[in-house]
Amino acid sequence: MNLTLRVWRQAQSDVAGALVEYQAIDVNPDMSFLEMLDVVNERLISAGDVPIAFDHDCREGICGSCGMMINGVAHGPMKGTATCQLHMRSFRDGDIVVIEPWRARAFPVIKDLVVNRSALDRIIQAGGFISTPTGGAPDGNTMPIARQASDSAMDAAACIGCGACVAACPNASASLFTGAKISHLGLLPQGQPERYRRALKMVAQMDLESFGGCSLFGECQEACPKEISIDVIARMNRDFLVAAVAASEERSGGDEG
Amino acid sequence: MSLTLNARVPGGALADKWDKHRFDVKLVNPANKRKYNIIVVGSGLAGASAAATFSELGYNVSCYCYQDSPRRAHSIAAQGGINAAKNYQNDGDSIQRLFYDTIKGGDFRAREANVYRLAQISVNIIDQCVAQGVPFAREYGGLLANRSFGGAQVSRTFYARGQTGQQLLLGAYQALEKEIAKGGVSMFPRSEMLDLIVVNGRARGIVVRDEVSGTIEPHLADAVVLATGGYGNVFYLSTNAKGCNATAIWRAHKRGAAFANPCYTQIHPTCIPVAGEYQSKLTLMSESLRNDGRVWVPKRREDVGKKPGDIPESDRDYYLERKYPSYGNLSPRDIASRAAKEACDDGRGVGPGGRGVYLDFADAIKRLGEDKIRERYGNLFEMYQRITDENPYAVPMRIYPAVHYTMGGLWVDYNLMSTIPGLHVAGEANFSDHGANRLGASALMQGLADGYFVLPYTIGDYLATARPESLAADASEVKAAVADVAARTTRLLGVKGKRSVTSFHRELGRIMWEHCGMARDAAGLTKALELIPSLREEFWQDVSIPGSGEELNQTLEHAGRVADFLELGELMCRDALHREESCGGHFRTEHQTPDGEALRNDAEFTYVAAWEYAGEGQPPILNKEPLVFENVRLAQRSYK
Repeated sequence: MNLTLRVWRQAQSDVAGALVEYQAIDVNPDMSFLEMLDVVNERLISAGDVPIAFDHDCREGICGSCGMMINGVAHGPMKGTATCQLHMRSFRDGDIVVIEPWRARAFPVIKDLVVNRSALDRIIQAGGFISTPTGGAPDGNTMPIARQASDSAMDAAACIGCGACVAACPNASASLFTGAKISHLGLLPQGQPERYRRALKMVAQMDLESFGGCSLFGECQEACPKEISIDVIARMNRDFLVAAVAASEERSGGDEG
Repeated sequence: MSLTLNARVPGGALADKWDKHRFDVKLVNPANKRKYNIIVVGSGLAGASAAATFSELGYNVSCYCYQDSPRRAHSIAAQGGINAAKNYQNDGDSIQRLFYDTIKGGDFRAREANVYRLAQISVNIIDQCVAQGVPFAREYGGLLANRSFGGAQVSRTFYARGQTGQQLLLGAYQALEKEIAKGGVSMFPRSEMLDLIVVNGRARGIVVRDEVSGTIEPHLADAVVLATGGYGNVFYLSTNAKGCNATAIWRAHKRGAAFANPCYTQIHPTCIPVAGEYQSKLTLMSESLRNDGRVWVPKRREDVGKKPGDIPESDRDYYLERKYPSYGNLSPRDIASRAAKEACDDGRGVGPGGRGVYLDFADAIKRLGEDKIRERYGNLFEMYQRITDENPYAVPMRIYPAVHYTMGGLWVDYNLMSTIPGLHVAGEANFSDHGANRLGASALMQGLADGYFVLPYTIGDYLATARPESLAADASEVKAAVADVAARTTRLLGVKGKRSVTSFHRELGRIMWEHCGMARDAAGLTKALELIPSLREEFWQDVSIPGSGEELNQTLEHAGRVADFLELGELMCRDALHREESCGGHFRTEHQTPDGEALRNDAEFTYVAAWEYAGEGQPPILNKEPLVFENVRLAQRSYK
């Protein structure tokens, strides 16, 4: 089949970009979306043109490198599917496909479809961990953990950090990403000592990185390739609220003393 | 031989070596640790765990990865699990048993002392990961669950659904981010190491290209750790991520680090077959599917085009069950892979290109019901259907072997130090623990063992002993290394040929797969040794790299990696040609038992082949580290 692509081309972050039209010819329906772009790029290279830059690595939906807006939808039309696992059989001969990078103030474009997502790493740096230096851990079976807690933690921990939630959100909020990590660690007994501090710090960092606020549109969970539920945002909000109240009580207590 | 391969294995009984060594190593005073800089290249399980732990100890660490975030390293894609000799199942496991299974699984081509230490440390890894919040699978009582894996008769594999690698990596990544926040680690994402800086015979830094700006700069340190993964992408098609490459270890090799056993590659039998010329990578389907699936091809060549359902039972060849009646469909990875190749070579392969065999669940569905199969393998069936658009509940899966892991790598001693003092190598990038074949669920174990528990001791010993002197950023060796990288980049961009990087990579992959893949022979390897240099020559005359070096240029990145693969591939073939025996993943068709099993030659080949770079156009020099087995008896593996 043959498709018309309209791809965002932008040479670097500080120059203007534009949609450029390309023909994708003889596309095999069994190709992945990225393989279709590979073929388009091969053709560009053989004509001496600069190929379309896009992030990708594992191509099996787990590393979180790839991600693009396909006809306005993060990761394209298949639910629960990262761009690399989307196949061309989801499209029809003659389709026009508009391909754009993630659009968010916190994700500046580096080139074409490649954006800078380091803000997500900084949210983890703010508190997305359990402080346990190597070597001091007790035996793994010392603390039994209810299977349900472990399973729910795993559901949240499945996040691949691709940023689709941010791209899909009308506010460009990173709440699903942040809530997923807060939930993963907060659901486990190991995560309790730092639970509230973690929520305060990660949420504060999210605001610093100029992500928008969450108004519970729910677009994020629709776009998430791992189908992480918006419930994690409720958990984040609850932990944050408890932590904020406790912190303010502590402050006012301090004033009186 | 010009290199001295001193493995520095401590004396004493096998079980006491590591304890003794940990006492014997020199320590760095806490106040002095912050004066030392350590470079860690790679942020997978080995790199992230090492960088985080070094920083916790007080060293200044710089960590580099080519991806946009350290969380994306390919360790993340490991599915099955991680082994540990916890014996939580009370089924007879022990450190000794994990040690023996690993040595035997590696077909008696690994170093005893390293493997024993790995088995000892395995138990600490699980504890550490649990404490970090890795959501391992649990029983209803809340204790950790285990599953069985190939090559073992005990149940010792810990797992987090089908995403064990992801969860372990996120644990290490979060520890790394914690240390970045504290200021102990400087992280350099989208940065590629393009050369090693060696001063006075010691590794003192790396040359790095910033992938976004294109800037090429030296980064100096007192010690360097390479944790850059394996080189399976030399085959173009593999289960590795697209960016996985050998550049860091290959550059270090060319600066003096010996490359050990490059021909040892693992080819995994159950992957989704190649669908077309556009294919960019291969996807693994968990080996566990062979518990209930039956492998077959048509008996007659003329039936390969028929629908599988139209081929009656009597016209099917369940070749694994026929050839290996006692192991059947659960034959080991290397045997199952080779048998599939033979069937396809015989013209009986199915699917596009005739490179595929059926993995049929019809009998299991009949016996257990579709619901039971869905419960066991639902996510895998879904993944298969997503890729192939075929419903494996209704038609048999098609599978074919694919390159998955490389056991070879830079030679290291017991301290994980290469033949260049100060250059340490961890994880898949080194050769150390898996011999000629790696068992399932052991890669994650080794990566984390090296990073969390081995290097933090041994690198301190190096620093305390070597006491590296200060080094000026404009030292002549530093300037020369930077100039080399800049010249090479300019040369690549200056070719301005007609052929794409990918087309060269694909052609190299075809040569390697054909002649240095599942089955090798002298004639094929000799032919490959002619084809590869001429392809390399063509590459340097005709490769096309649009764009410049001063911007994000993914084609340029790929070209540099392929240029290195074009050299490494030749060394792999040379090693495979020299090793006149079959062992583990290295099967030389000339060396097999009458019934087609791998035939080792212990008298002549019980050694590690450590190749030394001898200069442009010169044949590499073979150095041998004899393998001494004091605790296990060498035996022939049999699966009949």
